[in-house]
Amino acid sequence: MRHVFSVRIGPVSFRVGSDWRGPVEQLRALYADHPAPVDGIADYTVRLSATRPWRRFVRPSVAIAGDYMLPDAAPLPLAHGLLAAEMAMNLQLALGERRFLLLHAATVERDGRAIVLTGESGAGKSTLAALLSARGWRLMGDEFALLDPETGLLHAFPRLVSLKNAAVGVVRRALPEARFGPLMAGTPKGDIRHLVPDAVALAAMDRPARPVRLVFPRYGFANDAQPVGAGEAFVRLTQASTNYVALGEQGFDALTRFVREVPAVALDYPDADSAIAAIEG
Amino acid sequence: MNGAAHLLCRLLAMPETARTLDARQWGEVMTVARAELLIGSLAFRLRGMVLPERVEAILAAAIRSAEEGRRQALWEAEMARRALAPLGCPVALLKGTAFVAAGLDAGQGRHIGDLDILVPRASLDAAEAALLGAGWEWVKPDPYDDAYYRRWMHELPPLIHRERDRMIDVHHTILPPTARTTPDAAKLLAAAEPLGNGLSILSPEDMVIHAAIHLFADGDLSGGLRNLWDIDRLVRECIARDADYPAGLAARAAEHQAERAVARALRAAHALFDTPALPGKAERLFDAAARRRLLARDGWGRGTRPATRLAFYVRSHWLRMPPAMLARHLWIKFMRDRRAGA
Amino acid sequence: MAETRYRAPARDGLRIAALDDLIAVYHRASGITHLVVAPVPELLEAMAGEWRSLESLAEAFGLAAGERGALIERLDELVAAGLVEAA
Repeated sequence: MRHVFSVRIGPVSFRVGSDWRGPVEQLRALYADHPAPVDGIADYTVRLSATRPWRRFVRPSVAIAGDYMLPDAAPLPLAHGLLAAEMAMNLQLALGERRFLLLHAATVERDGRAIVLTGESGAGKSTLAALLSARGWRLMGDEFALLDPETGLLHAFPRLVSLKNAAVGVVRRALPEARFGPLMAGTPKGDIRHLVPDAVALAAMDRPARPVRLVFPRYGFANDAQPVGAGEAFVRLTQASTNYVALGEQGFDALTRFVREVPAVALDYPDADSAIAAIEG
Repeated sequence: MNGAAHLLCRLLAMPETARTLDARQWGEVMTVARAELLIGSLAFRLRGMVLPERVEAILAAAIRSAEEGRRQALWEAEMARRALAPLGCPVALLKGTAFVAAGLDAGQGRHIGDLDILVPRASLDAAEAALLGAGWEWVKPDPYDDAYYRRWMHELPPLIHRERDRMIDVHHTILPPTARTTPDAAKLLAAAEPLGNGLSILSPEDMVIHAAIHLFADGDLSGGLRNLWDIDRLVRECIARDADYPAGLAARAAEHQAERAVARALRAAHALFDTPALPGKAERLFDAAARRRLLARDGWGRGTRPATRLAFYVRSHWLRMPPAMLARHLWIKFMRDRRAGA
Repeated sequence: MAETRYRAPARDGLRIAALDDLIAVYHRASGITHLVVAPVPELLEAMAGEWRSLESLAEAFGLAAGERGALIERLDELVAAGLVEAA
């Protein structure tokens, strides 16, 4: 492939091959401070290819491929090539990871203790995690929490934080020094900009943390906080894990231990400030 | 010669080759192995060797996947056994599930997809009813494809279990009745070896013959490298147990009218994996084309050599159906796909 | 007509974790995690590695004649899920 980019994000590394220079240059710029794969060997391979040879040039359309692929994945326009690359890398991890149990969650850490924010798209996990990072919390990740079945610790996966629509402005105001990727307007999920994890997040990337609280945030409701029982937490987390089944008995042990040891709360919030106050309180 | 795919074959055949690989080659070989669904097999072959840290990590994950895959495959076999037990008919496991159920070398690290079983043709309706009653359902209802399957194919239309989301293919022979070579299904079941739980597997000769037929007479060779590796593992293990195996295999292949498929398969395996060869004449053009097709994968995991692929795809359908029928079948599928906007 | 008998996996074939009202059961042979409530774990225990008739199970759980139906339904569910074998 013409254009190649490689990066290590926490314990996972990728190599990305692309038919176009644009996405690779964008990746290189945004991941400039991330390390390279250990010993030059990447865990996963991603390919951004033209759907047909002439589609490299005419209405260029990016088909996502790699070690792991979804059969009916729709291609994206070249203008959203960066998004395609991020989606593809997420997919490799989601389908291929076997060492860590993956939780679909954002994680922040302070003093070695981690708070896990989990929920559907639109619950506000990425936004809250970014805002907490402006208040002295270390950002561990916004998409996947990596749970080590042997230790019960969470490992960081600080990829580019995906922010949508109004959240972009909110986070830019809270993090005036932060680096952002280009605006990708009109994607299927709205307008998206990526936030680059800060120096603190990158410096601490290889330091795991003990989970102490599990939060199910829900945006757009009056303030409320209700404890969530271990049974319900277990069900919701398995639904949100892409590799629970693949991990077999180890996954069962890791997740039952997690929900028994980590108290969980369902947090309804009308705005980011209330959520932050509730989380920090 | 082609780097990554051929390098994978070398590594599988001679694991010591691992010592000579650099980082770039490891990256490419891992990618090809994944694309060819051979990374589990590779991981087992390289166990115990000193490898770069990241390679060890990737292969450890592959072994975990293979172990879970094995568990799920054996469970599907068990659930099929429970559903079909009341029928009292012979049920033989085929392909990957058979290899792991019997603890064969060919099963080590093997990626397993659907469950494939063989039942007598006379039991087909009862088997279908029993499976539907136990939670399996049709994958996709399509009147034309269904009629085609029932009349011409060597298996029921695919079934999927509604809770477990796993597919089962129920065969009553191992090539469609319309195909040009017709292995004897009754003989396959008569020679099948019981596993002790009511299920059986094909005899050592029939297992290799089935793999060869599937590779060269049935399939379009996509996924061929994995099937070829199966053949290498099976043949070597069979010879280790019985030095006269090659003669027995040749005789049995003649009984099934499958000599050419078996010979082609063994020549290909010999060329790529140093599998012990059967005596016989080479078919230079065919062997070269097959080899090109089998190795048509680059270090980024992309399929290469589109013309060769197309030739084998058309050829494989040609083998399943007489030419006039093939033309009609492809035309109808083409028209339907066009209407669906594919 | 022979009576139906039921059998669950032997004790070491299951991992059981009580979460709160929900109990997570990992079935080793299948790799499937089942989420159940009482008295399913007790039912599985009663049939662990042994063939039991409906009668003997009903007796073990002190069920009256009218409650057999509920027991049969639970057993059928467990059979469909693969946790229990019926013969």
